[in-house]
Amino acid sequence: MAIHEKSLIDAERLKTNDSLVIDGVDVSGHWNTMITPRTLRNYEEKFEETIQSYGGENVHRCWQCGSCTNSCTMYAQNVNFNPRYWIYLTRLGLKDELIKDKDIIWQCVSCNKCTNICPKDVRPENVMKAIAHWMEEEGITEETPSTKFDNEFWDQINKRGRIEDGEVLANFFKKTGQSLKQDWLIEMIKRMMKHLPITHLFHSGMHAVFKPKTKSWGKTGKVLEAYVKEQKEAAHG
Amino acid sequence: MAKVAYYPGCALEGSGGPYDRSTRAVVKALSLHMENLRDYNCCGAMEVKNVHPMLQTYLSSRNLAIASEQMGFDTVMAPCNGCYHNLKKAEFELATSEDALETVQDLAKKADDPVYKGDVRTVHLLEWLMEELGTEGVKSRIKKSLEGIKVANYYGCMYTRPRQIFPEKDQGEGSESSYKPHFMDDLLGAAGVENVDFPLRTACCGGAHTLSDADTSTQLVLNLLQAAEDSGAEVIATECPTCHSGLEMHQIRAEKVFGIKTNVKIVYFTQLLGLAMGLSPRKLGVHENISDSIDFFKQKGVI
Repeated sequence: MAIHEKSLIDAERLKTNDSLVIDGVDVSGHWNTMITPRTLRNYEEKFEETIQSYGGENVHRCWQCGSCTNSCTMYAQNVNFNPRYWIYLTRLGLKDELIKDKDIIWQCVSCNKCTNICPKDVRPENVMKAIAHWMEEEGITEETPSTKFDNEFWDQINKRGRIEDGEVLANFFKKTGQSLKQDWLIEMIKRMMKHLPITHLFHSGMHAVFKPKTKSWGKTGKVLEAYVKEQKEAAHG
Repeated sequence: MAKVAYYPGCALEGSGGPYDRSTRAVVKALSLHMENLRDYNCCGAMEVKNVHPMLQTYLSSRNLAIASEQMGFDTVMAPCNGCYHNLKKAEFELATSEDALETVQDLAKKADDPVYKGDVRTVHLLEWLMEELGTEGVKSRIKKSLEGIKVANYYGCMYTRPRQIFPEKDQGEGSESSYKPHFMDDLLGAAGVENVDFPLRTACCGGAHTLSDADTSTQLVLNLLQAAEDSGAEVIATECPTCHSGLEMHQIRAEKVFGIKTNVKIVYFTQLLGLAMGLSPRKLGVHENISDSIDFFKQKGVI
């Protein structure tokens, strides 16, 4: 069965005693902190199925080897980013524990190191995205910057079959309330212009006005949109 | 010689313009043949699968079907890791899941799009060059050896991971390795560069969150830049427009926001290859790179 995690020991369940002697042994102070035992009742048995319906189909295969966390790009940045643990919580239906990490789960960079190495084909990257989407859908988190970016991308493809990267950047900054006049962005544009032939500036300008387009796109966007709507309704009501 | 359908994708149409120009120039100079993939659509990059995974599969299957059904080609060549990865993933999924294949074909009929039937494969530009010419073929076209230039070859995530969708890799002698890819090292080595031992060749640049989680991306890019410099590299060679732009952008962001300056130049491998073949830097878009390598190449006597 699954490995227990240190962080299941909450700060509020740690007990230190200023002065306590049990059977003649002095156990007061911090060095031998006691932990109040607990019984978990707030688990949801069907939670694993919920995450499967959001795209984490293979989550049930996990045998908790920890290869995903061990290889994870984000874990190296922040040890609280722990795919193995989140898969464990998902399987046990411990939603409250999972929600404690709601502000970082969306940060998965999709580098696929976990999916590459997983011996059980759990595809942990899919599970991370599924958990993040479930949280947004349930209103546990607001729409994350990542989702705003994804939607901006899909909106453009839906309309024209292609994206224009300048437009993606500008709209994303607008949607997330960021200024386009950030020091580093201005510096980047300066360096970009340094050697740039004038004809290329003209070309980029034309590209931004006459957006790249797939001429045969026709009703493809509409058909795909209808499909996604139908699938999401069938899965989550 | 096999002819391939060239799928530049949206990045090469926009911010990755220098990669597109250098790819076309090098392919032409090597007398290889490719034809533009007709009226292609975006592959959905790393974003669209998060809206729904089937969108990503469909977008790629549509591109593959254009190549096979409308153009009669059996190979699509993509220089962008994102496009390459998505096409390979669709290829894998549609070969292993009948449900997925049925859905894709059904959607295509509804949308009056060409219908994917298989019989078409995807290769990365690196793989195509190795397949058609190999290191010996490239060596014979080199006019100006890049001897003395120290290069860290950076492959990123999507060229090798997850290995399951690249069944042709890891097949021993002559094939690409998913664990330690080497095709770019091989090609640039043939052009005379000194390849340094770069441990982060397949580490992540944070490209998927390059704007949405910019601080994380800057940290990840800094890891790469500093590791490359520590390995003795003067240049990081790239083979993906998203990695390339991410490295250029966050190199500046690290400098401006965090005060950490790095000097390593970021150059597309096709630009290096082209310079070694005697093509002009302007033709290869070297002037358009944000990471300014002009003076460096002058100093090295390459231009």
